[in-house]
Formats: sequence, structure tokens, C-alpha cells
Amino acid sequence: MLFLSIALMYACSKNEDEVTPEEKKITFSVPVNFPAPVYNFEDNKLSNAGFALGKKLFYEARLSADKSVSCGSCHQQFAAFTQLDHKVSHGVNNCQGKRNTPPLFNLAWQKAFFWDGGVKNIETSPLNAITDACEMGTDIQTIVAFLKNTAPYPDLFKQAYGSTEINSQLILKSITQFTAVLVSGNSKYDKVMRKESAVSFTSAELAGYNLFKEKCTSCHAEPFFTDFSYRSNGLDLVSTDEGRSHITGVASDLGKFRVPTLRNIEYTSPYMHDGRFYSLDEVLEHYNSGVKASVNLDVQLKNGIPLNTTEKVQIKAFLKTLTDNEFIKNTLYSES
Amino acid sequence: MKLSQYFLALLCPIILLSSCKKNTDEVAADTRSTFSIEFENQVNGSPLVLNTTTYKNAKGEDFKINVFKYYVSNIKLSKADGTTYLLPESYFLIDASKTESTNITLKDVPTGDYTKIEYTIGVDYARNFAGAQTGALDPINGMFWTWNSGYIFVKLEGTSPQSTATGNTITFHIGGVIDPNNTIRTFTTEINAANPLRVRTDGKPNMHFKVNAAALFTGKTDVSFAALNMTMGGANSVIVANNYANGLFRLDHIHN
Repeated sequence: MLFLSIALMYACSKNEDEVTPEEKKITFSVPVNFPAPVYNFEDNKLSNAGFALGKKLFYEARLSADKSVSCGSCHQQFAAFTQLDHKVSHGVNNCQGKRNTPPLFNLAWQKAFFWDGGVKNIETSPLNAITDACEMGTDIQTIVAFLKNTAPYPDLFKQAYGSTEINSQLILKSITQFTAVLVSGNSKYDKVMRKESAVSFTSAELAGYNLFKEKCTSCHAEPFFTDFSYRSNGLDLVSTDEGRSHITGVASDLGKFRVPTLRNIEYTSPYMHDGRFYSLDEVLEHYNSGVKASVNLDVQLKNGIPLNTTEKVQIKAFLKTLTDNEFIKNTLYSES
Repeated sequence: MKLSQYFLALLCPIILLSSCKKNTDEVAADTRSTFSIEFENQVNGSPLVLNTTTYKNAKGEDFKINVFKYYVSNIKLSKADGTTYLLPESYFLIDASKTESTNITLKDVPTGDYTKIEYTIGVDYARNFAGAQTGALDPINGMFWTWNSGYIFVKLEGTSPQSTATGNTITFHIGGVIDPNNTIRTFTTEINAANPLRVRTDGKPNMHFKVNAAALFTGKTDVSFAALNMTMGGANSVIVANNYANGLFRLDHIHN
């Protein structure tokens, strides 16, 4: 039965390909070394028109209060959809936010969003940036009104959803068609794991991978290189940012942040929730010698993570195998 | 052989589905009609007038109300024999500044005599974390927290001379669905069996509820605006939710 329906679907997409040979069918593909996603487009049927609309909205700076900031301003593709060289998000009216922009990829596997996990659904995630006074500084009502009165948006909504009606639900669903399709799973690491033709780690990368599995994976778990938990890694004795406790109201969550993914880490500098470290060397040195005894320090970091010079070089070599250049350079995701 | 197996596999769920449907049909009447609910917003028995009228809380402190909005959802009706009917997709936002929102219409309700009504004050757990919603749950209504997803169940904003906040404001945004700060409350009221809610094809009854905005500030814990004038989820929101759980709504009468 399952095979039959898959075959049927395949046949369908084939037919569409024949009708419009110039347009590539947008798909959401799950790398074989990934588990099943959390978000599966069940209530948001993926289409080329929906994806195209979502992408256009993602790169539309006129949605922000002073028409200067789009989603893409702080989520730049060449930086794996975070913002290069910015410690914290840089929003409308030159306002500086308080946290480092998270990269955007593999979001369909995430159950919570932002450093504190306050947002629980990918579809409602953009609302946070839209309304934050230091990000886009506007509200969804203003955006709906703008899109209703701005060509070619009514036509694009019609192409995507069959009606020129524009509402917040359709806006958010179409943005999700873009952001949830952003899958990064073609790094060298992935190809080695999938045993793809003749791709193998160098000896330094392999040594780094083994060290990584020994010292880092209890938080940065494969294949996402995060276990999506909230932890304190001892950046400060007393965190000036409440972190997770801002959401839960629980004192034991003070100063905890979501373990960030390490995929594409080569391109997502600066690091940490406040972007305090500009290089991977600084990050590794923090774990080697800089971990402070904060109140809620993760117990696994009580003694830091001792790393000698060779080990640091090897771990860095491994971390760079998490770079996915096919993703970074995929023109399907670029502003057009 | 193979094909017939597939056919059977296809048929099974159809049979199951149709048998399910039969069962509910037996419980519910097969004719459907409409009824309406009017929410008359008040403060301690006086009509709620936004922005201008001064009221007193249980501590004797003066206050005015600028905004008063709340969700009513998952409306469930019960008959004397214990059978119940949950109105599907029943989410309503009552906004004191929009008269039309204070009278809601419930359609496609199985006809019959109902002796109990219950509903959620707020929005059920699942919808707080579901994807982008529309209608009453559209974030455009200003009842959705963007930084900590979830709906504001009850929103009351105003001023009080006793408030220590800038501009003497009082800001009560009640919501949150995770323990220990879960503010989902269910309101239940029996309907006098002598005059039940009679839903008929030729009769569309109206239920009239009185809604006391001051119930946020008394009931279990008397709130002083000098001490508590702002909450947006968390432990203080629980105090307010526990206050209004029983006192916010009162069934006044039914026009059958």
C-alpha cells in the first residue's frame, strides 16, 4: 500500500515536471542519516508558489517599521542564515538586540525556537522578530495591511493559496514553506556517515571526531549537534541574561540557553547567546580554562573540558567537516 | 490475492469509520439548530464602561478599565441523561470594545434539552503550541504572546491611583499553560432543569451570562493594585486565574 502510494506520488511529481520542465519542484527532503522531522507540512502543503512567496516575504525589508530590515538582514545565507560579525541582532532604527541571531536550518526537527525556547512552533516563530522593538519593530496587522495594498503580493497569494485574501495565517505558513525547507545535511561529515563515494575523514578530522564523541556529544548530540536541551556553560558567575528562566519562571533555569547546533559553525561566528566569542579558538579555550562556577552550571562542565593544543586543532578540523557548502550556496534559497 | 488484500485493507477503516459515525448518531439527535450566548460585561453589577467610569476593587481601591478581552473555547453541553456534545472548533474572543463580539452564535448543535454548559476560560493546551491560527485565534487580535508562545486568555488593562507602575497603569495579561503556572480554567454551570437550554429547529434560544471583570481581583485572593499591578503569565497570573475561575461568569437567564 505504502509503496503503491509513493509510486503514485512519484508519478504525479514526474508529470508536473514534464509540464513545467524549467521549474524545479520544491521538495522537503530528509537526509537518510536524520530521524523523522517534527514538522512535516501536513497542514501546510508545500508548493512552488508557496515557497516562492515565503522566500519573497523573508527577504522583504518593507515589512519592518523603518523598511530597512528583512528576515534576511539578520539571517544571511552565506552565514548559514545567521548574521556575520554581529554579536547581537541589529534591528530597525539601529537598535541592538540582546542575543546572537540563531542560524536557520534543520528547523523542521526543532520543537522549540530561540535561545530560550520560548516559541514552540516554527510557524509562529517569525512573530517574535516581527514584533521585537529591536528587530523588525512592527506588528502583524500592519504587515497584513501592507501586503494587501502592495503588488504583486495579492497575486502571489492567489498563486499560492487560490485566493487574493491575505491574512496572518497564510503569511506565516508561507514563510514556513521557505524556512522549513532549509535543510543542511550535505556536509563532509554527513557524506562520511552515509558512506558516500570515496568521502573519508583526514587523520586529523578523524582524531577530532573521536575526541568530539568523547568530550562534546553529551550536549552536542549527533546528527543535529545539539540535544536541544537548555544548559549553562559557565560563561559568567552571574548571568546578566535570564535565559530559559524568562520562559519557565523557574530559578534553576536562570542563565541557561539552548545548546546550539554546531553544523556550519565555521560560518556562524560570533558564538554564544551574546556573541562574545569571535573565533572557535576562543570557544575551545573557554571550555579548557574559562568555565565559571555559575549557579546552574551544567554538572558535566564542573571541571571544564581540558583540551591540549593538538586536541584543539583536531577538534577544529572535525568541526569544519560540519560545513555544508551545498546549502550555503544553494541559489534556491538566495534572494532573487 | 494480493489485490484483494489491499481492498480489504482499504475497506477496514471505512467500516470502522462508518460504525463510529453510527454510534454518535445514536447519541446525538439527527436534527441540528442554533443557539446564541450573550456576554454582558459588568463590574460588580454596574455596566462596564471603558475608559471613563471608576470602579472599586475588593480592597476599596479605585480603578478604570481601558481594555477587557477574554477567550471562551471548547463549549460543551450536557443533557440530563449525561450525554454531552462538544462544539467543534468553538473559539471565541469577547472584546468589551466590540459590541458584536459579546453575542456569539453556536451553529449545528444537535437539538435537545441541555441542562449543563461548560467551557474553557482561555484556549486549550494544544492550540497554544499549534501552528499559525486564524479567526478568533489570529495573532492579529493582540492576544498572542510572540516571545513565549501561547495565548493571553484574559486581558484587562486600565489605571488605578494606587498602582505604582508608570502612569498608574494596571496590566493583567493572564495566560500560560505549563505547570506550575498553568492558567487554563474551566467554567461549568448547571442549567435549571425546569427551563433548560431548549435547542429546537424552530427555536433558537439565547443564554445570557453576566461577566464580572472585578472577579479578577477577588474570590480567593484580594488583589491590591499597590502590590500587584502587572502580570503577564507566571505565578501572579495563577493568583488572578484562581480568582476568576468561579466568579467571572454567571448564567443569568435563558430566553427559550
